[in-house]
Amino acid sequence: MFTLKMAWRRIGLACCASASLVAVTPAATLAATKVKAVQKAVQKSTAENASDDARWLARLAYGINTTDWMHLRKIGRKAWLDEQLHGDMPLPDFAQAQVDAYLGAPQPLPDVVTDLETEKRRVNALPDGDDKQTARKALNDRAESAWRNAVSAQLVRDLYSPDQLREQMTAFWLNWFSVYRQKDNIRVLVADYQERAIRPHALGKFRDLLLATARHPAMLLYLDNFQNAAGKINENYARELMELHTLGIDGGYTQQDVQELARVLTGVGVNLKHESRPGVMRLPPDLQSQYQYDADTGFEFNPIRHDRGDKQILGTTIGGGGWDEVASTLDMLARQPATARHVSERMAEYFLGEVPPPALVQRMSETFLHTDGDIAATLRTLLNSKTFSDSVLATPGSAPRKFKDPQHFVVSALRFAYDGKRITNLRPVMNWLAQLGELPFDHLTPEGYGLLQKDWASSGQLAKRFEIARTIGSGNDGLFNAPDDGANAAAVMVMPDANAGFPMLSSKLYFDLIEPQLTQTTRDTLNKAASQQEWNMLLLSSPEFMYQ
Amino acid sequence: MDRRTSLRLLYGLAAVPTLTWHSRVFAAPNVPSRFLLVFMRGGYDATNLLVPYSSSFYYEARPTLAIARPDANNPNAALAIDSDWALHPALRASLWPMLQRGEVAFIPFAGTDDLTRSHFETQDSIEVGLPLDHLHNGSGGFLGRLADVLGADTARPIAFTDNLPMSFKGGPNVPNVSLKNGGGGFDERQRQLLSSLYAQRDLSPMVDEGMELRSKVSQELRDEMKAASRNANSAKGFEAEARRMARLMRDDYQLGFVDVGGWDTHVGEGAAQGPLANNLSNLGGGLAAFADEMGPQWRNTTVVVISEFGRTFRENGNRGTDHGHGTVYWVLSGGLNASVKAKPIVGERIAVTQNTLFQNRDYPVLNEYRSVLGQMFGTLYGLSPNQLAQVFPGAKMQGNLALV
Repeated sequence: MFTLKMAWRRIGLACCASASLVAVTPAATLAATKVKAVQKAVQKSTAENASDDARWLARLAYGINTTDWMHLRKIGRKAWLDEQLHGDMPLPDFAQAQVDAYLGAPQPLPDVVTDLETEKRRVNALPDGDDKQTARKALNDRAESAWRNAVSAQLVRDLYSPDQLREQMTAFWLNWFSVYRQKDNIRVLVADYQERAIRPHALGKFRDLLLATARHPAMLLYLDNFQNAAGKINENYARELMELHTLGIDGGYTQQDVQELARVLTGVGVNLKHESRPGVMRLPPDLQSQYQYDADTGFEFNPIRHDRGDKQILGTTIGGGGWDEVASTLDMLARQPATARHVSERMAEYFLGEVPPPALVQRMSETFLHTDGDIAATLRTLLNSKTFSDSVLATPGSAPRKFKDPQHFVVSALRFAYDGKRITNLRPVMNWLAQLGELPFDHLTPEGYGLLQKDWASSGQLAKRFEIARTIGSGNDGLFNAPDDGANAAAVMVMPDANAGFPMLSSKLYFDLIEPQLTQTTRDTLNKAASQQEWNMLLLSSPEFMYQ
Repeated sequence: MDRRTSLRLLYGLAAVPTLTWHSRVFAAPNVPSRFLLVFMRGGYDATNLLVPYSSSFYYEARPTLAIARPDANNPNAALAIDSDWALHPALRASLWPMLQRGEVAFIPFAGTDDLTRSHFETQDSIEVGLPLDHLHNGSGGFLGRLADVLGADTARPIAFTDNLPMSFKGGPNVPNVSLKNGGGGFDERQRQLLSSLYAQRDLSPMVDEGMELRSKVSQELRDEMKAASRNANSAKGFEAEARRMARLMRDDYQLGFVDVGGWDTHVGEGAAQGPLANNLSNLGGGLAAFADEMGPQWRNTTVVVISEFGRTFRENGNRGTDHGHGTVYWVLSGGLNASVKAKPIVGERIAVTQNTLFQNRDYPVLNEYRSVLGQMFGTLYGLSPNQLAQVFPGAKMQGNLALV
């Protein structure tokens, strides 16, 4: 075997040896035996606790790293969960600097889109030739980097945020309210969507989340509601709002309900053009007070496009009005028992990695309904349930059952392999996510990516994961290169960590938490590794690492 | 009920009586059919592949890009297929002899009704294969649904790509591997180590399949290199990839997908020679090699070549063409119908004039892709209307394209 791994082993053994010395010092034979037995039991239970804690953390975070592990051990599971469900801890300074560099100063979205469109017109008017092609490419790169920066910022949070649960729920809701970057100018809107519509509400009230997405141009463009007007109905958003965002496909609504909701949503649109901002001025005086415009996002409610007649949804009459009518309808949908069930079921799937038992969904739904759709409270019911602890802690000897989706696989591998080291270049990570088929904002259809093992486990996927494990394990991954083009290197102020070759996965964290849980098969295979790099690859490829 | 089930209910049994396609059940084939879909990503210039040489408007609209009218004495002239259409001369050595043998057909004015003219959106929406107004009502792609309908054992699907393409999503487990350069495989020892990690696990068959496929590909490459070192002719570019695909499809797999890029010719696309000609020659050479490598199985094999859209009929100011609409699909098979062998330009057609252009710029779409592929799958696999409705929900089968 090779030296560094052995060195960690020796340290591990030395610790244990000194502990047992202390244990045997007080001597009378019988008493000593009893003490020994008690000590052993305590040690065993601490070890079991540690192993349980490790599994618990691995599930609720994007895998384990030393910082989160130490913190959890210090304050205990209960306090840790309270903190997580609150989710307002600051990012480490270096990570915050990275996120700031990726996102830049917030800019009103109408400005962003108008600039882009102006530049597009300028480029299109250029005389044909090489200059035009260069300008066209630059324009495309600019728009594309807006999307890449949003994803990179999210990856930085996934890697380093102490609010691991909030970041997981941000990913969950981004997928629930999925938008596709290739449509219209959505790729320059997704950063704002992620940062201002989704993350702030990821652990808050479901209705706030629903309303934030209903007022965001990324959603209104994606599902065509900007074209939905009285007499020119476009049902797309209305249908998905019921089927995917609230009630669920079995939620007991009819085609008639969809059509009526589409009428409610008429006039809910976007206005991203500078010159037409004062659209209210062109309205008849009696409608002007109904007009709404958000200069930061370009959201517009235009009462002249709104169908002011009464509507019937789920047997309830909705009195024709303005934006208040839209808001109260969405509110009503957010509070439906079917919505509570749908949200609970999918959240449970996300954290269990399998279809949840109906009784658990029922209890979560009750919490959801009692707490006015409080996401954190509903999550607490799930995370405190026996189903969840059985799934995480499993029965002695059995392995966790939640198959990692690509994002969890990649991020957990990096958190573990480069524990505490500052990754400066996220481009390789995005490439891996692209290869594994789970790039954020890259799903054409609005149902988002699947959450279960059947959605991800395939022969190509596994082989590709092994290749990525090999790349990470060998250190030839470019993660410590200068920041990629998106982030302003000067603003990041992070000196790239010297890339000290390949990572050491046989770390203290490994020997404390992972090694004890490995099956004999995996140990035997690891023992056959010919180098640290190969050992790294095998560990990251092992079934123990594919599940969390 | 999940989305897929609901989709089936929406479009499956309930929808069939309202559809316009024939209620006949396609005759089941007695030899397993092999099918390869080749996706030309980037929107290739179909107008210069299949030259409408009887149209004077073509020569007006393309002062620098037009391919000369058929002329036996001019090596740069198009090769006449019938009195209206001719083949790009870059395919003289590859597809032209196959065409003479009755193994190639073209479907002009083919494509999708999607009008975004965005590469990615149109590619995705084609691969999803759902009606455009119900694009959001399903999941996965049409090859995935086809593999589902056929069952994984009959379909034996494979994608020759780095990532599982949209068309194959949502189906049964589909292995994927790029044969471009074959990199990424593991050596035998590592392969065994990785495999042993999963011994007795439910993922074990998938792991072994994934590793085996990669190992097979690496072995192919080693053999090729050995052959090359003995001064045998080493195939280049797509031809090498196509021969590897053929060996896998001849022996192990039956429903394949591959994509080829580099067709977005906004600038300097060239005419009889140039970038587009080189690309066509590369692709044609690969397809001919594929047919050759399939051997006797070529008789039971169909290859369809598609692209997300055609390009503008008129050339632009950069001696290139911009994103258009209707395109030309290619159908290659050792088992084309006799009528197609005799008349290899098939499908709905229209005279090529300024007045018949769509939006005064592009070819119109007269042969919608779901109808074209649906009828082909129907014949190849003997699908019932219900099964077809699962693959292409809500599709109307237009005309009677009896190609194979």
